[in-house]
Amino acid sequence: MSLEEDLYKEIILENYRSKKNRSRMDDADLASEGANPSCGDDVELFVKLDGDRVVAVTYDGIGCSICCASANLLCEAMKGKTLAEAMTIIGEYRKMLLEDATPHFSDDLADLEAMQGVKHYPVRIKCALLAWNTVRDMFETPASGG
Amino acid sequence: MQQSQPTMEPAARTSLNVEALRRDFPILTRTMRGKPFIYLDNGATSLKPQSVIDEEVRYYTELSANIHRGVYEFSEEASECYDQTRGIVARFLNAPSEREIVFTKSATESSNLIAYGWAMKNIKQGDEICISEIEHHANFVPWQALAERLGATLRLIPIDPGDASLDLSDLDRLINDRTRLVGITAMSNVTGYMPPIERILARARAVGAVTVVDGAQWVSHATVDVQKLDADFLIFSAHKMCGPTGVGVLYGREALLNEMDPFLFGGDMVLRVRKEKTVFRKAPEKFEAGTPNIAGVMAFGKAIEYLQNVGMKAIHEHEQDLLRYMVERASEIDGLVSYGPADLSTRGGIFSFNVGDAHPHDTGNILDEDGIAVRTGLHCAHPLMQALGIPGTVRASFYLYNTRAEVDRLIESIHRVRRIFS
Ligand SMILES: Cc1ncc(COP(=O)(O)O)c(C=O)c1O
Repeated sequence: MSLEEDLYKEIILENYRSKKNRSRMDDADLASEGANPSCGDDVELFVKLDGDRVVAVTYDGIGCSICCASANLLCEAMKGKTLAEAMTIIGEYRKMLLEDATPHFSDDLADLEAMQGVKHYPVRIKCALLAWNTVRDMFETPASGG
Repeated sequence: MQQSQPTMEPAARTSLNVEALRRDFPILTRTMRGKPFIYLDNGATSLKPQSVIDEEVRYYTELSANIHRGVYEFSEEASECYDQTRGIVARFLNAPSEREIVFTKSATESSNLIAYGWAMKNIKQGDEICISEIEHHANFVPWQALAERLGATLRLIPIDPGDASLDLSDLDRLINDRTRLVGITAMSNVTGYMPPIERILARARAVGAVTVVDGAQWVSHATVDVQKLDADFLIFSAHKMCGPTGVGVLYGREALLNEMDPFLFGGDMVLRVRKEKTVFRKAPEKFEAGTPNIAGVMAFGKAIEYLQNVGMKAIHEHEQDLLRYMVERASEIDGLVSYGPADLSTRGGIFSFNVGDAHPHDTGNILDEDGIAVRTGLHCAHPLMQALGIPGTVRASFYLYNTRAEVDRLIESIHRVRRIFS
């Protein structure tokens, strides 16, 4: 176990640096903020829906590499999924980090497995979950978004 | 692995025999993540010397009695040890009287005690409270909440965003005839900056405002003289100065303390309780309701004795040496940004920084893997971070047992951060 192998893999650093999904959305159907007050991660997530299908997800804010990388991966993973499919992916992702479960992601989501190493660093798990939990909460109660 | 420059001198050039002092702190023999433990998080809490740990244990193994109640020998001795610490603290601060020392559980409780005991009674709608943008939440949130509740106005002495020092150019407007209370930190927990509190206190006195100095970061390395300081209140915590957690101090002028309302009500703080009415004791007992942290207060007395034996001046000089060395070594790292005034004589032993575009949390994680404990994030000073427009910092904070060799290890580890995030 080492930081370079578990945490700072190329794929995570790439997702951290990517600006592709890092933007605010003016016409979002859902939007919500999530924060970890102790470490300063503070992100806002925006979702565009078409019926019960996710058209796009973006995020904006301040966060560490794990927080931002996981947010970028989330944006990619949610695109084109129905809300039910999205919730299944979120459930799988959370289980991977919280229950040490071997993930079963479809091929197009294989990048998500890069986050697995985070589970060896308990204080970073909340960074890897911040964006995911924020979106899960919005999908569970979609009416509350804005 | 990049090696530290061999030309640098690893030993600090100060009068402290640091190697000998280090043997007083048992935790320094531990490893963390399999590496020798390097503790650079003294701004959060300090390590404890054996004499302090022993005193805490002695209370539970030899005395274990409540104070100011029993007539038996052990209770008498416990009461005596507890009360003696009040005298030790008073002499440490050069306070005119022991009766000006109130034991609380923390600096945070001390500021709340002033807010509830003094400010609630004396501040009215339309009055003003003035604090600064560099305050720790402990000296910020109570005043903000109180101002909101009482309809008072909260004014903030702003920072100069260039170096995070305070901009006093508007002081006479910020502290004015309506100002009833001025709260100011003697040392920032983020940058180590020690603002010119004499000037701020002088202005506060000129308008008749009550003054609160937050000494949580400062008292642990300073030769404090509350008579020279001439503030109405000084608050600090034992755990940042080699003492245990769960003990704080409120120093207050005796007349003011006696005028104040109690904050916590209950046993020990009363002279006489009748069904119709209760008569409270005078300060400091009036503010120490219930069973206090007896072992903690006793051990705190040992902590002060320990610091005084080492010498407050020598501790300050040692930290200045480490800070200068840190600044010098940090200048070799590309993309390292540090915060606080360039004039290091206005700063205590704190070095707050960021490395390139690595988030503080990532930097802290990598340092941790190298056995180095630092604090990362917002440091309970959100308003300052907001004013600086940064997502937080990594903070290395020094104390008497830190060495130049440890600074070298920190520098090596920062190079590793650079490599990962380049
Ligand atoms: C400047 C300053 N004030 C107040 C406090 C609060 O101290 P405590 O948490 O012991 O109440 C701290 C602690 O970090 C501090 O650094």
